[in-house]
Amino acid sequence: MLDEAAVWQVLADVPDPEIPAIAITELGIVRAVECLAGAVTVTVTPTYAGCPATEVIHADIRRALLAAGAVDVHLRTQLAPPWTTDWLSAATRAKLNANGIAPPCSAAASNTHALVFRPRVRCPRCHSQRTECLSAFGATACKALYRCLECHEPFEYFKPL
Amino acid sequence: MSVSDPPPAQASAVCATHVPTLLRYADGSLVLSQRLAACCGHGPALEEDIALANIALDLLGQARLLFAHAGALEDQGRDEDALAFWRVESEFHNPVLCELPNGDFAQTCLRAFFYVAWQAELWAGLTHSVDRTLAAVAQKSAKETRYHCEHLAAWVVRLGDGTPESQRRQQRALDYLYPYANELFCDDDTDRAAAAAQLGPLPSTLEAAWRARIARVIGEATLALPAPVPFYSTGRQGRHSECFSYVLAEMQALARAHPGATW
Repeated sequence: MLDEAAVWQVLADVPDPEIPAIAITELGIVRAVECLAGAVTVTVTPTYAGCPATEVIHADIRRALLAAGAVDVHLRTQLAPPWTTDWLSAATRAKLNANGIAPPCSAAASNTHALVFRPRVRCPRCHSQRTECLSAFGATACKALYRCLECHEPFEYFKPL
Repeated sequence: MSVSDPPPAQASAVCATHVPTLLRYADGSLVLSQRLAACCGHGPALEEDIALANIALDLLGQARLLFAHAGALEDQGRDEDALAFWRVESEFHNPVLCELPNGDFAQTCLRAFFYVAWQAELWAGLTHSVDRTLAAVAQKSAKETRYHCEHLAAWVVRLGDGTPESQRRQQRALDYLYPYANELFCDDDTDRAAAAAQLGPLPSTLEAAWRARIARVIGEATLALPAPVPFYSTGRQGRHSECFSYVLAEMQALARAHPGATW
């Protein structure tokens, strides 16, 4: 039977379907794990309310836990507190950057102050600060489109939320 | 959203207008989402195509959370799909603004901007709702809505303060859409009951902040704000514009042709 530490370990190997370089635990969306009388309950919070990856993530969690020996898996959705990119650790940010996605600036300030929508973002390839925002919306809900004016490569920016 | 397993302990409705109030919010998000989704593949540029589809997706996410919550409170066995696909026109309670035609790009952007700017005020008001699930949806949505407001306002300014042709079109969209905003601030008995139960803010209390924000953006866009007119559309009471049945028909056709179908 899996204990909570073992469940966390299994979840650490479940990749985000849209950004496979990082695990769902690194994304900060797994809010709680509970093992009670053979039943495993995983509490997940969505990144964006309409993110189509949410249902894939739920299915992936269930599959991974069943494969690891769990027999009774429950998934709970928790909306509050809302997910924020501030839950991404420094190591996760470095991983994003290494995979060509510029990591988000702090969103914490945006809870009380005006959000910085188009901050200066460093190019994840050549590290130049001479970049420009092409669109605040990218290929997934969580990313914006940028272009580096130095190396001329387009890249994605993980938006602060 | 059919993702909560097992379902969380259900709170009961705080007043008779609890579910109708949730449906008004959900319907606005759903119908505007459907309208914006129709732009997918038709945007003026690839980036804009993606942006409108993203905004549509966020609105759909809001609608799904609200429908799931309303269905659970109502306890009649209607899930989010039943609420979206199996109600008829008069059972939808979105403001008419959300269902108006996409028109040209200027109209598409301004209509969406009007609504998301209203949502920004709504979410702030709902943060204190006695319905904690509704408050959580509001808190979550507020962060996404800020991106929508910023993006759409930027287009209104760019088109308004652009070429003579883009300005003419943005002004035309403004003259056309502005009267439909009145409905967003018009209190009725459902709103008064919801406000008395501390469920949500009275629409009229959102008006000043909304008009101030709109005036700011319209000013920056060098456009002329139309004179106020005493016109009130009635979508929130279930009486819609002529174009709404076409929106619904397109949205519901697949689900109705294949009842109970699953992926």
